[in-house]
Amino acid sequence: MNSNNSIFYEHEVLHELKRFLPSQAPLKDFVHRNILHAFQNFKFYDGIRHASKIFGYFVSLQLEDYRSLYISKRIREDILKRIIADKKGLEHTNEWMKNVLSKRYDTSISSRIGLLRLNWKIQYRIDLDLSVHPFLFRILCSYLDQGISIWGFPVGNKGFLSSIREIEENSFTSFFKRKRAKELLLKGNCKIEDLLKILVGDESLYKQYLYDQQFAHQGWSGMVSTIEDQPQSLLNPKKISIHDLIIFELLLEIDALDFQFEEDWLPIGSNLKNRPEELFEEVPKTELDEVLSIWQDAFEWSYYDQVLAAIQLQKKKEESTPFHKSFQVFTCIDDREVSFRRYLERIDSECETFATPGFFGVEFYFQPEHGKFYTKCCPEPVTPKYLIKETATKKGGRKKEAYFSKLSHSLFRGWLITQTLGLLSGFKLALNIFYPSAMPAMASPIAHMDKASNLTIENINTNHRENDLQVGFTIDEMLQRVETVLISIGLVKDFASIVYVVGHGATSINNPHYCAYDCGACGSRPGSVNARVFCFMANHPEVRAILGSRGLTIPIETQFMGALHDTTRDEITYFDENLLSPVNSTNHKKNSPVFVKALDFNSKERSRRLVSIDTNLSAKKIHKEILRRSVSLFEPRQELNHSTNAICFVGRRSLSKDIYLDRRSSMSSYDYKIDPEGKYLFNVMKPIAPVMGGVNLEYFFSRVDNYKLGSGTKLPHNVMGLIGVANGSDGDLRPGLPSQMIEVHDPIRLLVIVEQFPEIVLGAINQEPETYEFYINEWVRLVAVNPETRDIFLFKDGSFSIYRPLTRALGAISDVITLIESVKAAKSTHIVEATKENLPVYLIH
Amino acid sequence: MTLLLTSMLQYFLLIPFLGFIFSLFIPNKMENTVSRTVLFTVGSHLILSWGFLIIWLIYNHPTLEKSEIILFKTNEYQFLISFYFDKISAVYLFVGSALTFLVTQYCRWYLHREGGYKRFFNIILFFYIGYNLIIFSGNFETLFVGWEILGLSSFLLIGFYRDRYLPVKNALKVFTVFRIADMCLLIVMWMNHYLWRTNIKFSELTDEQFISEHLQNHPILGILISLMILLAAAVKSGQLPFSSWVPRAIEGPTPSSAIFYGSLSVHLGAFLLLRTFPFWQQLTSIVITVIFLGLFTSIIATGIARVQSSVKTQIAYSSIAQIGLIFIEIALGFHELALMHFTGNAFLRTYQLLVSPSVVSYMIREQFYNFIPRYHVDKKSALRKIKNSIYLLCLKEFKLDSFVHRFFWNPLKGLGRKLNFLSGKEIFVFFIATYFIGLICLFNEQSIPKEVCKYLPEFFAFIGLLMLLKSFAEIKDALLSWVLVIAMHLYRPLSMALNGDIKTNEIILYLSGVIISGVLGYACLNELKSHEHKITLDQFQGHSYEHPKLAFIFLLACLGLMAFPMTPTFIGVELIFTHIHEDQASLIFFAALSYVVSGLALIRIYARIFLGPHIKTYHAQPSGSS
Repeated sequence: MNSNNSIFYEHEVLHELKRFLPSQAPLKDFVHRNILHAFQNFKFYDGIRHASKIFGYFVSLQLEDYRSLYISKRIREDILKRIIADKKGLEHTNEWMKNVLSKRYDTSISSRIGLLRLNWKIQYRIDLDLSVHPFLFRILCSYLDQGISIWGFPVGNKGFLSSIREIEENSFTSFFKRKRAKELLLKGNCKIEDLLKILVGDESLYKQYLYDQQFAHQGWSGMVSTIEDQPQSLLNPKKISIHDLIIFELLLEIDALDFQFEEDWLPIGSNLKNRPEELFEEVPKTELDEVLSIWQDAFEWSYYDQVLAAIQLQKKKEESTPFHKSFQVFTCIDDREVSFRRYLERIDSECETFATPGFFGVEFYFQPEHGKFYTKCCPEPVTPKYLIKETATKKGGRKKEAYFSKLSHSLFRGWLITQTLGLLSGFKLALNIFYPSAMPAMASPIAHMDKASNLTIENINTNHRENDLQVGFTIDEMLQRVETVLISIGLVKDFASIVYVVGHGATSINNPHYCAYDCGACGSRPGSVNARVFCFMANHPEVRAILGSRGLTIPIETQFMGALHDTTRDEITYFDENLLSPVNSTNHKKNSPVFVKALDFNSKERSRRLVSIDTNLSAKKIHKEILRRSVSLFEPRQELNHSTNAICFVGRRSLSKDIYLDRRSSMSSYDYKIDPEGKYLFNVMKPIAPVMGGVNLEYFFSRVDNYKLGSGTKLPHNVMGLIGVANGSDGDLRPGLPSQMIEVHDPIRLLVIVEQFPEIVLGAINQEPETYEFYINEWVRLVAVNPETRDIFLFKDGSFSIYRPLTRALGAISDVITLIESVKAAKSTHIVEATKENLPVYLIH
Repeated sequence: MTLLLTSMLQYFLLIPFLGFIFSLFIPNKMENTVSRTVLFTVGSHLILSWGFLIIWLIYNHPTLEKSEIILFKTNEYQFLISFYFDKISAVYLFVGSALTFLVTQYCRWYLHREGGYKRFFNIILFFYIGYNLIIFSGNFETLFVGWEILGLSSFLLIGFYRDRYLPVKNALKVFTVFRIADMCLLIVMWMNHYLWRTNIKFSELTDEQFISEHLQNHPILGILISLMILLAAAVKSGQLPFSSWVPRAIEGPTPSSAIFYGSLSVHLGAFLLLRTFPFWQQLTSIVITVIFLGLFTSIIATGIARVQSSVKTQIAYSSIAQIGLIFIEIALGFHELALMHFTGNAFLRTYQLLVSPSVVSYMIREQFYNFIPRYHVDKKSALRKIKNSIYLLCLKEFKLDSFVHRFFWNPLKGLGRKLNFLSGKEIFVFFIATYFIGLICLFNEQSIPKEVCKYLPEFFAFIGLLMLLKSFAEIKDALLSWVLVIAMHLYRPLSMALNGDIKTNEIILYLSGVIISGVLGYACLNELKSHEHKITLDQFQGHSYEHPKLAFIFLLACLGLMAFPMTPTFIGVELIFTHIHEDQASLIFFAALSYVVSGLALIRIYARIFLGPHIKTYHAQPSGSS
């Protein structure tokens, strides 16, 4: 951040600016990310303090909220005291307790952004935003539109500014109201600098002016900037850059001023009464900042402490010799899968479950049959070199929805359609309201891939390439991937006869953010293809032969079988059942009722958060309700997604098996015994911070400032150009999560708990600066659990030190269902009320 | 049987009204009770409606008529609520009851946990009262009452998210456009009074003989009335040049947008035309005007719809285009077709809006398999140039958005601003002085020359209007703005008293309404001022965040002072209108304009003070661009 930069370097300023803009991709590629990623080079509290002061965001709960959480005992007194003592010294505890609990502070915030441009309003009495924004948004949206408009942008195949210029040249009308801006665009120099000279005048203010301007509509600016960097996120390609946007906006502003004052106006910098504060100047820490950070820490540790205590309090199980395993399951590390695993283990105590990022270590582009594009099926930062193609699908898979037909918007055919389909739509609406059922309008994970299709997974000839991608994997490549996954999760012996590899996806309807509900590790797609591809590899005889020669023997009777868990509907779809051996077919028949039952119970557990369902009904009945809900147009919360996520376990299942965590934890399987040097731990840890940490931080900030960092309530959202949502017709795009997704979320940072010796953990995380930043700057908290003694070590300032939980005892339950049935639903979305639903940690006997 | 059916008519109003009153008293937090009450209300309305319709159809669908409540009566004038039911009402009842019921059920879950859950359902019922009043109305007066209720409920629904800037701004915008329609109807009512010399009922309009006789006597009045009706209909149905309010009204939760701006509300302009068709069908020039208006609207709105890149605005413009066609069908006399078209359009657009969030997953999937890149030619032909121009015009919505402001309200505001040289105190002195002169004139009417006397009512009505314009343009002092509206109300009886035989009890009735609401509002503002120190009118301040109750009471005071239907002020205004003579066109113009502008000025005060982003920044706030 170069402050005091009096000379304007366009390239540098734009580069910096892009870093601060929201980086949410178009809806179809929605991926959870830390919204304040630009501040990640700061320590967490310093970073959010700067973000708040510079951009005016709320970055923590309100002081009153913390205090009411304290009164409701969700923030514990002993923890609060310890945090104050740690931060302020034992002798100041009383003084700071007073500050924290009862001192009055002025909690209003005033941001630096926008102060310069505010002078248009104050000194010139003109609202530039009002006269420029609606038109600017309209043009941006029309240019970038992916297929809503019937009549597309006339020159849509060129860069944004060239298109505008070409239309302006070839039209009897104009984008502008006055001549000057038109001429500047067509003839004159319209470099950013030249235009700023007209508008701002004072070169030392240029940078600040651009920030003010772009952050007045950070939604659209962020979208433009993201598309500039990832043009592949649009199916209908567009060349746009933040540079083009700024030039066009500057021109519109000049035009608006000309229209108002007839070219008779001075640049804003020429008679500035008081120069606004430099944007990126150091933000001093106030007492209130400290109070808020104490509260935030206390809030987090009130929960963390219970979890860590539970690890030590749960009974240590004797390492039993391998007994008979009925089946094994791989799921994604996703926090929605944990309760599903718990029920599988409860119902069939002989089964064993593992978790690994849901792309199962296989990264590729997927092309469905007849698909015109490739879909990336792996975590967002990875760029795959492989292509998996689908063939031999059954015909007539996709159903059309006539109500989305563009014909209804034309005049005469529209006239016919209103008289026919229009009359029918009354019945359709009534039907969906009273008997919701599947319809083509919904997003369904099953549609990702035809269940009965073939996939080209094996590459026999490495010259078999398409568009620079290798079609399928060679034996070596397969081997390497299977081996990594198996060793990472710690499954190297005692294989069961069937290993289910379960990807996940989600059904939803009326949900523009449908991608956010699918598997993040698969690039926000359902994990079905990845599951099938992995199973194919692991079942491949040649792969197994080489694995065996390296000491990893998979018994011949063991078969891997892909499946897909629909997390909304709690349904499971199996793939390639016909490939099972006769014996395994029988086994599968024995196993599948376990899955059915587990899913029933899982939906029962989920139902306690869903007001439309009575949790005391039987699991079967509730499951039926859940199915109805998943296809109901009027249901804005088909599922709650990652709400309440707080903890991520990396270790063996036994680390958390007897702890009830209320679906608040994600888990990644890892066995320290197999990996004494931490060779595989690096791989295991690599996705944790960016993926789970990204999810967590997006929820965090969308929760604390749902207006500016989230997208507000989704009920009035209007889909813009298929790439984003906005409010009404003239609003800015709203990146971030809608309030319906975050309302029950406790804004606490992710705590990653790794079962491995501290020094090995340190060696694994500090290899990659990008991921290390999350830990060292405390955007994600990290503890290591000594696998032998279960001592706990907290990572702080680059090293681990021992942590002793304050919690001495925890409630115990023997049956989750009884607990769930006894919990009441929250009445409102107010933090204290809504998070009463978030249960404390229990030990399960 | 007809008797039985006729006697049932009033229940269509009574049910939503009772439900509305009851729902007001349910505590905010009891979501379920609120929504069940509302669902029960619209549910019983639905059952009653459909039962009624079946019986009505079985008995050969007679036209029903009932004059119900006489609100007040003078020698020459009576204001009565009367009902009328024919096939037009039947279709509107069928569609309205079905959609309202479905959407209410839809919203029960959809709005769960939304702040303002109760407020939403209250407004739905309030809207429904207005809707039923309109479709059952037997005369212009009843229709006008419904019309006003609809206007206000639209304002409240569009501004449902009252803590954001755009909804509030757009709510205000739409309200100002609706106000034009209100003015037109008001003038229609007055002109009717002179055209027919009686309180005309819709049933009497069916008598062709009767109409043509009157039209022959007053051809110009007939044309004027029809034009005003057409203008009112065009405003409500988003026809040219008012189309741009419809997409901007889509700010509330999707289902409310779907039912109001996708379907029920926008089709009421067509209803007005259908209802008054027997009257204006005899005027060929009007019939042609309607056809052309519908034609132009449907072509231009289709053009605009084609370039829309957001789902909801696209649906809004397509809906407007179809309503343009409905206008043509009405003018050509194909009423069955028009009604069918209305039904189809209403259901279709509601459904399309409701599923509109699904468009992303559906279209992206469709595109994934069927993508055809758009074909671009680089040829620079004249045709291309024309195409580009039209595209750009459509994108700019033919500059319709600024139209109403530019041609209607900005001149008025400008006039008000010209009075800025007068300070609050000077205004007060001016008021006392002119009022005193007025009173002297009133009591010494004999000694003033007749030529002067004739112009006195207009003069004082005009001064009243000026007060109002100043109030409308005031940006600093909310209290001053409020008091100026009261001042206008005080000039009005003076002006009317000078005009002739107004009775004391009429003035008392009128002033009682003004004073009660005036004082109430003043007290609210004072109370707020004691908390907040400074309240201005130059920006939205969102004080409803901290003072929701005060906001509600102040809204009631505003309604009282703007002569919202059924307040004493309203009856007073109505009475006063009857005392304007036939040859006093300017007086009626001033009076109607005052009525309209006072509504605007008051709702503006309410919005600026209580709505929009909260001025205090200790809690999370939406940014100005949302």
